[in-house]
Amino acid sequence: MTRGSGRRPRGGPIVDRWALLAIPLIAFLVAFFLVPLIVVSLRSVADFPKPTGDIFSNYGRFFASAANLRVLANTFWVAALSTVVCLALGYPYAYLMNIVRPRVAGLLLIAVLLPFWSSLLVRTYAWQVILRDTGIINTFLLDWGLITEPIPLIRTTLGVMLGMSQVLLPFMVLPIYAVMRRIDPEYTKAAANLGAPPFAAFRRVFLPLSLPGVLAGSLLVFVLALGFYITPALLGSPKDTMISQFIANAVQQRLDWGIGATMAVILMGLTLVVLFVASRFIRLRDVFGSLEES
Amino acid sequence: MTDSWRQPRRLLLLALGALTVFFLMAPTLVVVPMSVTASNALTFPPEGFSTRWYEKMLTDPQWSSGFVNSAQVAFLTAVLATVLGTLAALGTVRGRFPGKSAVNALVLSPLIVPVIIIAIGMFSLFVRWKISGSIAGLVLAHTALAVPFVVINVATSLRTIDRNLELAAMNLGADPVRTFRRVTLPLILPGVLAGGLFAFITSWDEVVVSIFLTTARFRTLPVEMWEQVRQVVDPTVAAVATTLLAVTTSLLLLVLVVRRQAPAR
Repeated sequence: MTRGSGRRPRGGPIVDRWALLAIPLIAFLVAFFLVPLIVVSLRSVADFPKPTGDIFSNYGRFFASAANLRVLANTFWVAALSTVVCLALGYPYAYLMNIVRPRVAGLLLIAVLLPFWSSLLVRTYAWQVILRDTGIINTFLLDWGLITEPIPLIRTTLGVMLGMSQVLLPFMVLPIYAVMRRIDPEYTKAAANLGAPPFAAFRRVFLPLSLPGVLAGSLLVFVLALGFYITPALLGSPKDTMISQFIANAVQQRLDWGIGATMAVILMGLTLVVLFVASRFIRLRDVFGSLEES
Repeated sequence: MTDSWRQPRRLLLLALGALTVFFLMAPTLVVVPMSVTASNALTFPPEGFSTRWYEKMLTDPQWSSGFVNSAQVAFLTAVLATVLGTLAALGTVRGRFPGKSAVNALVLSPLIVPVIIIAIGMFSLFVRWKISGSIAGLVLAHTALAVPFVVINVATSLRTIDRNLELAAMNLGADPVRTFRRVTLPLILPGVLAGGLFAFITSWDEVVVSIFLTTARFRTLPVEMWEQVRQVVDPTVAAVATTLLAVTTSLLLLVLVVRRQAPAR
């Protein structure tokens, strides 16, 4: 290597030596990440309980069943509900982080990041302990004589929603906060100076400026919610099955790889469609960028 | 800011914020006192104080081997992900090559592809390659999931350092390798360490892929917990959950310390 090879050459070769450093990881991810995904797609068109002439027979079989379609609809419903709950809690939280003193904002950030990085299984287990029939809430209510028999909290959509929203909330708060932090406070001050009442200044000036964060956060929460497995499996009822549980059951219990792989391809497709549609309105890089800053 | 009209609205916001912190933290924190209960059932508040569930966890071969397996897998994952991720961050931040955005998308995609799809794909392939149910298979799988965090952290550090320092070293006669070792690496070290710690945590807490790639003879702690949580639960599971949390939280605090050493951003 010659002296100064670290400097970026102008109009030099298309591939420079620095680029070579990325090769090991690219090769690794192709072999251990991309190839597995390709194998799943292939199995959806090549793995049949009994051979038929039609390579799309798994897809035909899949869409012919109303139960399978219910799983899809239920997944969308739960993902949408979780997004709404996260937005309702996350927006005011990010707003609060934005107006308090930096030290308090730092503490609020830690309160978001600690659960963000702690085991999803542990948190779902905690919800189980709280929500089940002999759990904290029901025991408390029974002891105080407020109810005579346990109210169903676990194995309900409400239980899944609580568990999922708690796990997903950081993905809503972080992008919104990242956008709010960049809004110049002079704008709202200017609105106030021009006579706008405080709430109008918020609604007409601050809220529209924070919308990119809202979109990014909602997108992230919705997409991640589509793929949830652990939380619905432990907190939901069998009739609330979500896509990931369906895939795991097909592969592990029914040993029907074809239908499991077909559902996996559909989930992958849904994820890509949501990301693609969203990419028309927001820059996806900003979505992940806001996570990078955290 | 002190106008009286603003107070009720502000109080409402504060109350909502406090409620959200409670919603975020309380469920997890409930597990900690329950792990030291003296009773056989998970009651809250816990009755008495006892470390017997921790003793049971440490003496039960299922749990203790799970602990050892998890620690080994997470350590090896952290090492592999840190090496691959740091090199790739250098390559993508400093290098020029066509298709860079595609490479960036590939590196970040393990964060967004639903993990169940990754799990069944790896399972299908690793069984054929005969590395399913082995420590090697699990380390390879976890590395793919953890490496984005290393790339993100190292790339962020790389973008913030002053390249004139490297140029100065080279003008003073240091060759590129020496410049990297003596100047670049120390400057990006906080990012590298933070990335490595995040990779460790990712592996330590990972359940879904691990469920598919482990067997009854080789299980990690979260997989053992997943198996037990659905059957009868005694407070041992709470002790295991607290152990998982304690490790994650200490590593996270370590990240904060490491980042504080970083040059001003």
